[in-house]
Amino acid sequence: MKKISIIAALMAVSSGALASAEDIRGEFVAMMDRSFKTNGIAEKHRMYQLDFQKECSAEKDPPKKVMQAIEAAQLKTIRYPADGKYLGDWKEGEKIAISGRGLTWTDKTRFNNGGGCYNCHQLSHKEIAYGTIGPSLQDYGKVRGNSDEIVKYTWGKIYNAKAYNACSNMPRNGDAEILTEQQMKHLMAFLLDPESPVNKK
Amino acid sequence: MRQNKLFVLLATFVAAAGGLGSTAVLADKASDEAAIARYREMIADGNPAELVAGQGEELWKTKRGPKNASLEQCDLGLGPGVVNGASARLPRYFKDTGRVQDLETRLMTCMETLQGIDPKAVIDAKWLKGERETMAALVAYIVTQSNGQKIAIDMKPPQMKKMYELGKMAFYYRSGPMDFACTTCHGEAGKRIRLQDLPDLRTQAGAAAGWGTWPAYRVSSGEFWTMQHRLNDCYRQQRTAEPIYGSDVTIALSVFLAATANGGPVLTPGLKR
Repeated sequence: MKKISIIAALMAVSSGALASAEDIRGEFVAMMDRSFKTNGIAEKHRMYQLDFQKECSAEKDPPKKVMQAIEAAQLKTIRYPADGKYLGDWKEGEKIAISGRGLTWTDKTRFNNGGGCYNCHQLSHKEIAYGTIGPSLQDYGKVRGNSDEIVKYTWGKIYNAKAYNACSNMPRNGDAEILTEQQMKHLMAFLLDPESPVNKK
Repeated sequence: MRQNKLFVLLATFVAAAGGLGSTAVLADKASDEAAIARYREMIADGNPAELVAGQGEELWKTKRGPKNASLEQCDLGLGPGVVNGASARLPRYFKDTGRVQDLETRLMTCMETLQGIDPKAVIDAKWLKGERETMAALVAYIVTQSNGQKIAIDMKPPQMKKMYELGKMAFYYRSGPMDFACTTCHGEAGKRIRLQDLPDLRTQAGAAAGWGTWPAYRVSSGEFWTMQHRLNDCYRQQRTAEPIYGSDVTIALSVFLAATANGGPVLTPGLKR
């Protein structure tokens, strides 16, 4: 009787049915390593996770303590404009918000990227082709005003959204060098300038 | 002719759904019927994939490769030469290769063993060029032979269970300069990118809407895309490195999606914007 159950257990183990969580984690890492290759600017090292990316790769968000630790660490990455000027040209900002290009293996350089804002957010009163993964930002400046606090928070959110929500879907535009400081200033104006179509009908 | 095909599609589905009968499946049945109605409307003017499928049928029967053989004896899981219903049951575990394979990697096995064509000819080709163009045509032919059937993935083999777990981990895996995972776009109901609706691939209905309507003809690019092509472009937009054609991550994800979609309608080849 005992023998039979041991044999059954061994068979199950050998077939992988009873593989422990650690075993499958090891297999997963090996699978990812052999399944991807560098293509142009999309280099293979992109597959290796940052610590917070790993924490945010489960069905559920990590515990609150872990989230707070990630947010504190990410907050330190934010660099505010050295010249103290946060607002660029909203017209340039609108173009950046519309463009979803950049950083794929069909892009020639890792520079000149768009912000891809419309993929996920409603912004201008005039643009109807907006995504809904993120909240609507229509009337962003009209609703919130442009106090120092709001300006600084908005900059931080664009620069590194993970500082405010550890597992946010939003990319770290500044920290991951997706957008330049100047591009982010233009986006700030698009969001906050009273003349921008985000705030003006 | 087209009318007849649609009738067969609908009749097959109604017969299959009618056999279930319990109230638990009523909701799914309604959403399946809505999906079929949408599909019927879309292909009312014809699906250009029919032309690709016609080429694929020719290629299936054509003697090619160093061994000068056709693919007519290819075993897609239901026995040598059986095409009807084969893709509705893929991916599956194959004893002869000891691997879980999707339609495309299984076809590579048949091309190698029957025709002597090196899988590298497919793996190293560009999309819709050379042996990958041949592959796309074969896929279009084969998936047409499962149209109107139900997704029926056999999850009993432990190898399938393991691939499912690996695929699930891949689905939630965040990486790259934008920190994206599959779940960034496909992990919530009722979301869209720009005006494009996104299926929630964690649910049976969402996974069926996605898995069950690919491979597909894309009107915007005028191209027929296989599932490998579809997954490849998802990763491109995630800004990861490129998944190798037929690699295990593509198989694992396919098992995760197909198993989640199990029981949903197969409406292939699909027709996309």
